[in-house]
Amino acid sequence: MRREGSPFTGLGAVFLKEYADHLGSARMRVLEWLVVLSGIGVVAVAIITLRETVTRDQFLFLNLFLYQREDSAVPSLLSLLSILIPLVAIGLGFDAVNSEFNRRTMSRILAQPIYRDALLLGKFLAGLCTLGTGLTALWLLVVGTGLLTMGVPPSGEEVARSLAFLLVAIAFAGVWLAIAMLFSVIFRSAATSALCALGLWLFLTLVWPILVPVLVPMVATPDPLAARFGLLSDSQVEWYLGLSRVSPASLFADASLAVLQPDPNMTRIPTLGMLGQLQGMVRGAALPLNQSLLLAWPQITALIAAVIVVFAITYVIFQRQEVRA
Amino acid sequence: MAEIVIEARGLRKDYGANAAVAGIDLDIHRGEIFGLLGPNGAGKTTTILMVLGLTESTGGTVSVLGHDPVRDPLAVKRRVGYLPDAVGFYDNLTARENLRYTLRLAGIARAEAERRIEEAMARVRLTEVIDKRVGTYSRGMRQRLGIAEIIAKRAEIAILDEPTSGLDPQATFELLDMIRDLKADGVAVLLSSHLLDRVQSICDRVALFSRGHIALQGTVKELGQQVLGAGHAAHVEADGADIEAKLRTLPGVQRLEREGRGWRITADRDVMADVAQAVVGGGGRLQRLAAAEPSLEKIYARYFEEHQDAA
Ligand SMILES: Nc1ncnc2c1ncn2[C@@H]1O[C@H](COP(=O)(O)OP(=O)(O)OP(=O)(O)O)[C@@H](O)[C@H]1O
Ligand SMILES: [Mg+2]
Repeated sequence: MRREGSPFTGLGAVFLKEYADHLGSARMRVLEWLVVLSGIGVVAVAIITLRETVTRDQFLFLNLFLYQREDSAVPSLLSLLSILIPLVAIGLGFDAVNSEFNRRTMSRILAQPIYRDALLLGKFLAGLCTLGTGLTALWLLVVGTGLLTMGVPPSGEEVARSLAFLLVAIAFAGVWLAIAMLFSVIFRSAATSALCALGLWLFLTLVWPILVPVLVPMVATPDPLAARFGLLSDSQVEWYLGLSRVSPASLFADASLAVLQPDPNMTRIPTLGMLGQLQGMVRGAALPLNQSLLLAWPQITALIAAVIVVFAITYVIFQRQEVRA
Repeated sequence: MAEIVIEARGLRKDYGANAAVAGIDLDIHRGEIFGLLGPNGAGKTTTILMVLGLTESTGGTVSVLGHDPVRDPLAVKRRVGYLPDAVGFYDNLTARENLRYTLRLAGIARAEAERRIEEAMARVRLTEVIDKRVGTYSRGMRQRLGIAEIIAKRAEIAILDEPTSGLDPQATFELLDMIRDLKADGVAVLLSSHLLDRVQSICDRVALFSRGHIALQGTVKELGQQVLGAGHAAHVEADGADIEAKLRTLPGVQRLEREGRGWRITADRDVMADVAQAVVGGGGRLQRLAAAEPSLEKIYARYFEEHQDAA
């Protein structure tokens, strides 16, 4: 059935209210401190060690995001973020829609001349902007700290690469925000919704990586020749990669490494070596920025596609819900 | 007759095999207060949701100010105010901020909205607490804030679901007064309630719901005539010997019941003059004589005594 009027009427109003709510909320302050403090801690450790090992690295600044000492339990900023971002995104989204029902404001708001589209999209964009604000602040903090302590300004390419990383991080945050909002539409109880979102996150982070090696032999066709040498067949490698990329965290890690790590031998993306050869690169030489972006592109689009798909599912479910409260 | 603002024809809503609303016809005119009355689960809220376009009907048509609430919901919602059952506000925001948000959603410009908020809050006597967080509001104050929202929106139709539920008698009285004020502004009010006697006094017309059907529709007086079978009811208080016997034998009187300190007379014609004469002529003292509205409660009870299978 055709509807009259724009689906985006009221989008701005919803966005501004939700954004102000997020920024002013105690919950956001707690999450922000959590991110900032742990981020600072990790970066401080990186800086201290990086200053000791006086290597003339072309990409000293990018090391701030990636650095991890092999014998240390302190994670790199990248791995820290791949844990914290889903946590914060779930924290912002798990009660986005059901709280309106529980506060009994939903029917009053939907009795105003707006479509549900505007309410849902406004809430999503407000959450995403809040996450973007927080991540940008953290980015500035890292770059600023690096500038003050290392005494060398970052090169233009380093700034561009770290900005690309910021965008990848925001896309990753968007995926988890959309997932959290999906649960907030499905479940009327905020606790159930939070539990399910966190459960899915734990499953994808802890259980899935263990499960993938178990699943691969069941679905992939083995290659007897490769098996004799204890190697994986082509089909097995493909399944392995495909299955592990179901987890947004692995998409995020791949894309981030591709943009933050110009040296293709250091990254764990297998297509990289091949690509390097195709471009006639010398081993050990750094990829130019546009090549790195090209490399990260499939992962980035997959993240964005995931956001859109999850949001669309959320939208369809929300549209069919009866509003009695 | 005034313009019809809400028109429903054969409107129905089925939940699986259950019909929450089983084909109803309604006409609501500009500037009247129309009551949807009936017990819990009768289908009042469902009807309201279909009028607002918050729920899609499974049959029949409804038109609000000439628009279809499902096809053209924005046009309807722009001109209709809604106070849901057990209304909620954002407790962490002040009343002013809450209204500011809804008026923004309604597309009203900032300066105009500020003016309307002040004015509406004054109308519902909440000016003093306008900058207090709604979390500190009592039930009655929230309900009034809901009315203020409708006033500020300049709605042409106000739809109130159980506006008096959970309110004490004083708060109910005040709220009913505010609803009358809405009517005075020319707003058509559609309200639902299961407390028949509370809203009887302010409704111009009512529809009595029962299990998804409208059992009766019309003014309270019409319903009284239809169901109680008597055109006229009066309340008499008088002192004197044998008043009761005298009243009972008056021509036209059908029933005589004790009511409060006097009697309630039901007759097939206007017997007020005869009553007065009978009392005074018999040497008694007439304390009070008033035409009594038939009580909705009674109409309802009687109707379902007679139509048990229909219910
Ligand atoms: N989502 C639903 N699924 C199935 N049945 C429903 C649903 N919502 C309402 N009903 C049924 O529809 C009927 C009408 O409900 P409705 O809320 O309209 O009643 P009401 O007259 O407003 O009652 P109350 O005075 O309790 O508010 C009830 O019998 C209820 O059980
Ligand atoms: Mg109801």
